[in-house]
Amino acid sequence: MSFATSFLWSLIVYLVLTAGSGSVLLWSPEELVAGIIIAAIIGYVTRNIMDERLDYFFNPKRWVLFIVYALGPFFYAMAKANLDVAYRVITGKIRPGIVKISPDLTRDESRTLLANSITLTPGTFTLEIDEEGNFYVHWINVPPGKEKPTPEELCGYLPKWARRIAE
Amino acid sequence: MIEWLLLLLLAIGVGFNLLASVGILRFPDVYTRIHASTKCTTFGTIFIVLSAIVYSIYNWRLSHETAWITMGIHSALVVIFLVLTNPVGAHALGRAARKSGIRPYGAVIDELEGRL
Repeated sequence: MSFATSFLWSLIVYLVLTAGSGSVLLWSPEELVAGIIIAAIIGYVTRNIMDERLDYFFNPKRWVLFIVYALGPFFYAMAKANLDVAYRVITGKIRPGIVKISPDLTRDESRTLLANSITLTPGTFTLEIDEEGNFYVHWINVPPGKEKPTPEELCGYLPKWARRIAE
Repeated sequence: MIEWLLLLLLAIGVGFNLLASVGILRFPDVYTRIHASTKCTTFGTIFIVLSAIVYSIYNWRLSHETAWITMGIHSALVVIFLVLTNPVGAHALGRAARKSGIRPYGAVIDELEGRL
């Protein structure tokens, strides 16, 4: 099963990169054969690194949720973040600090998703994750009295979405 | 008509990239500068590549050559990989700066004191 996961990933990326090369749907026959051979080699070499995660990675519900999240809440938060940075560049109002939050996430994938989302959204940027899963976040404008925030106070609905998509 | 749409998208993208440069000049230390550069360059480049995608779709509707499809797909891949990798680079830079002992400017709280 571990062979199948990396084989499918490699094949999908190869086919996306060579789309539009010929007449069999969108690909030429040579590209299809080369893609299957290369993906088989990669799948064989990495069969011990990828443990059985086929049902986790190719779960269509996760992919639909991820696309909805990327186009909706995440894009809105990014636009808000840029207007926030513009405001701070013009006025120079900052009150920075490094705060600690504990979202109870167990998997590496969900932690990665949440850390990247935190970095690209308003006023926060992840510096470090320790073994227990605590995030150390540089916050550009700490409100007075919020020096020990909960995850919801720091970044709103992001932890809920990370748990829903990747746990 | 299409030229105005492309011009609008390019103007938004270049405007946000300019904002990132101004932020790097105005903010006081490493961490706040990383804030400005990461967020604004990611968002601005999304709009610049969007204009390339719109242009390739428009040309494909006119001429039906598959080269335009290839160009659009490759541009979309650029955006996906940029959004995935830009925060990771920022995280590595910030963590390295904190490990080498640079204190955040004017910090009201520093939870990483003595931990790295």
